[in-house]
Amino acid sequence: MSMKIVHIIAIFGADSRLMRLINAIKADPRHFQIIALSSLLTLLLLWSDFAPSWEVLVLTLSATLISQYMFTKIFDVPTFDFRSPLITGLSLCLLLKVSVLWLYPLAGIIAMASKFLIRWDDKHIFNPANAAIVIGLIALPEMVWISPGQWGSAVWMGFLLICLAIMVLGRTGRADISLFLLGAWFALLLGRALWLGDPLEIPIHNAQSGALLIFAFFMVSDPKTTPDHRLGRLIFAISIAVIAYIMQYHLQIREGLFYALFIVCCITPIIDYFIKDKRYQWRET
Amino acid sequence: MTRLLFLLTLLIFASTQNAQAFCGFYVAKADADLFNGASKVVMSRHEGRTVMTMANDFQGEAKDFAIVIPVPTVVTKSQVNVADTKLIDHLDAYTAPRLVEYYDSNPCQPQFETMARNMAAAPMAMADGAAMQKSAKKLGVTIEESYSVGEYDILILSAKESDGLFKWLNQEGYQLPKGSKKVLGSYIKQNMKFFVAKVNLDSYEKEGFTYLRPLQVAYESEKFMLPVRLGTLNANGPQNLLLFTLTKKGRVEPTNYRTTKIPTGDDIPLFVADEFGEFYKAMFETAVQKEKMKTVMLEYAWDMAWCDPCAADPLPKADLRKLGVWWLDKEPGRKVRPMPGQSQPRIMPPRPPSQAVNAFVTRMHVRYTADTFPEDIVLQETEDRQNFQGRYVMRHPWTEEASCEMASNYYKGLPERFEKEAKALANLTGWSISDIRKKMEKGGQSFAMKPKSDDRPWYEQMWNE
Repeated sequence: MSMKIVHIIAIFGADSRLMRLINAIKADPRHFQIIALSSLLTLLLLWSDFAPSWEVLVLTLSATLISQYMFTKIFDVPTFDFRSPLITGLSLCLLLKVSVLWLYPLAGIIAMASKFLIRWDDKHIFNPANAAIVIGLIALPEMVWISPGQWGSAVWMGFLLICLAIMVLGRTGRADISLFLLGAWFALLLGRALWLGDPLEIPIHNAQSGALLIFAFFMVSDPKTTPDHRLGRLIFAISIAVIAYIMQYHLQIREGLFYALFIVCCITPIIDYFIKDKRYQWRET
Repeated sequence: MTRLLFLLTLLIFASTQNAQAFCGFYVAKADADLFNGASKVVMSRHEGRTVMTMANDFQGEAKDFAIVIPVPTVVTKSQVNVADTKLIDHLDAYTAPRLVEYYDSNPCQPQFETMARNMAAAPMAMADGAAMQKSAKKLGVTIEESYSVGEYDILILSAKESDGLFKWLNQEGYQLPKGSKKVLGSYIKQNMKFFVAKVNLDSYEKEGFTYLRPLQVAYESEKFMLPVRLGTLNANGPQNLLLFTLTKKGRVEPTNYRTTKIPTGDDIPLFVADEFGEFYKAMFETAVQKEKMKTVMLEYAWDMAWCDPCAADPLPKADLRKLGVWWLDKEPGRKVRPMPGQSQPRIMPPRPPSQAVNAFVTRMHVRYTADTFPEDIVLQETEDRQNFQGRYVMRHPWTEEASCEMASNYYKGLPERFEKEAKALANLTGWSISDIRKKMEKGGQSFAMKPKSDDRPWYEQMWNE
């Protein structure tokens, strides 16, 4: 027993290994995202009657990782990075619903392909997971859907805390966009309620969506597919909120936010052209 | 182009009484008063075409009955129909949580267990009520249409502002629940018309009905939702709603509320057969409380072509069409044949269909208040065709003679099995476990069950088998 404790101390104790682990996590904001997404997924697995099965997890994650590896080889990228495909895979597991299992790995491949193939000015245009979801919804409407209601409002507070923690810890410097988006979205919901004379419980209920948080903190916040300048990001976030609002409340398209992000991503190069700022790098060198 | 449809209904009593709102349909008071005061709604939907069938169990006098449903466009006479109550009852029975019975085989001759019979929870029947009236006034309220269908007199109203509509309805003798003005205003701002149905006492009496038949409205709209807001305005406690959807692709789910499945698959004690209605009620209650009344409970999701086990036969195609499944062709549905040797011939064999019906039924059960369901339930059809049902299993122990080594092991294992069933039942229903154990003892599940042995001489056993 005491041997074990000594051993643990040897690993994590006064020795700098624990510090090294912490530093390793801190080295890249995506590590925090991976931890957060995994926690959310665990929460979903414990909480929901409609959680993805382990086959879904294995297939989706291996598809994103393997296709990232393949594209790395094809495009002669010097290093294989496991973080982005892991984040994409986890996001897909959390959000995407399909009626046949093989669509999960296919979505993973599409996601990574969109990242390597659809580029402008050395920056990919679409958030990979969002691209896969939107392409799936458009191309295979008979097999693909998302379930925005699967989280409910009860665990929402936990979700929010995890997301905010990531924002603070991750310090990507681009996390402002999540707050811009949530702010704009809530302002629209609030405006609608005031116009209709509805009680405030309705916009509050609507804002308490787990899907909205995942979308805001893990999709929209992708620093690689959002404008470089803060003003650009504000425009970007407001545009998404407005387009999504129109789709959801006037066109009855439940997946409005995902389509909106897809559409607005197309104009990111234009925003970047007019409002220039430093290009984001995951690891500050 | 897309017109929205907000359906909200409210039950209005005549001016002498306090108006009671609900989502529209107060359900069910039958002999077995399961879920007193629930509403039953069937929504059939495909390609933006929706047929909504609403059954209410109005328990007042017919003359006091009225419903108000906001609709996106003027609904003409041909878009309204009065349906046969049996259709909804059949769908209710077909999708109801079910009890399955198995009989243990002789432990000395191990065999596969055989299913004996299935029981559905008692379907929630309809009751009655009704009234009639028709008038027109100007208060910013326009009567767009006015006609009678079956025993109902129907008005389609449009209003400029909620004050006018509220006043007009009051002048006409309805007392709307407190707070309904705001909700009406919200719908008016969204350009809704109001579908007002009352009972025409003359035709009601002429037809000789003792209950109100379900009203059906067909409309085209991108909006797929169910109004519950007005229903939460009265202070009569939580409302109950059974929502059935019939769709082409798959399961329907709310997008703004969480869905949870009711507990299913548990082995439960035998005595539950005699009080299955009570069991279902307590089980549902417990499940709802566990989720703090914040979720929509999924009770059934299945292809309409078959069932396993069946609580009632699947609905024939003709009946599905009457319930609004317009995309089915007109040919008659396939015949339901009982499994060879099955004691109850009306039960269909438990196997996948040889011919799909192209209709998928989802049964959702909601208990709600204004606090837990502040917003109307927005729905979406998913592509999920996975079957789900509320199913509970009773296993009858072997009670005949059995004298062999295996039998003594079998009987040794029984108390543990019974205890497990008792605990499962206590968990599901919140009933006291000691009461459960007592009832089990009385109901043929003695915890001290012994193998029956035949003490007669061997030759008597041989001759008098």
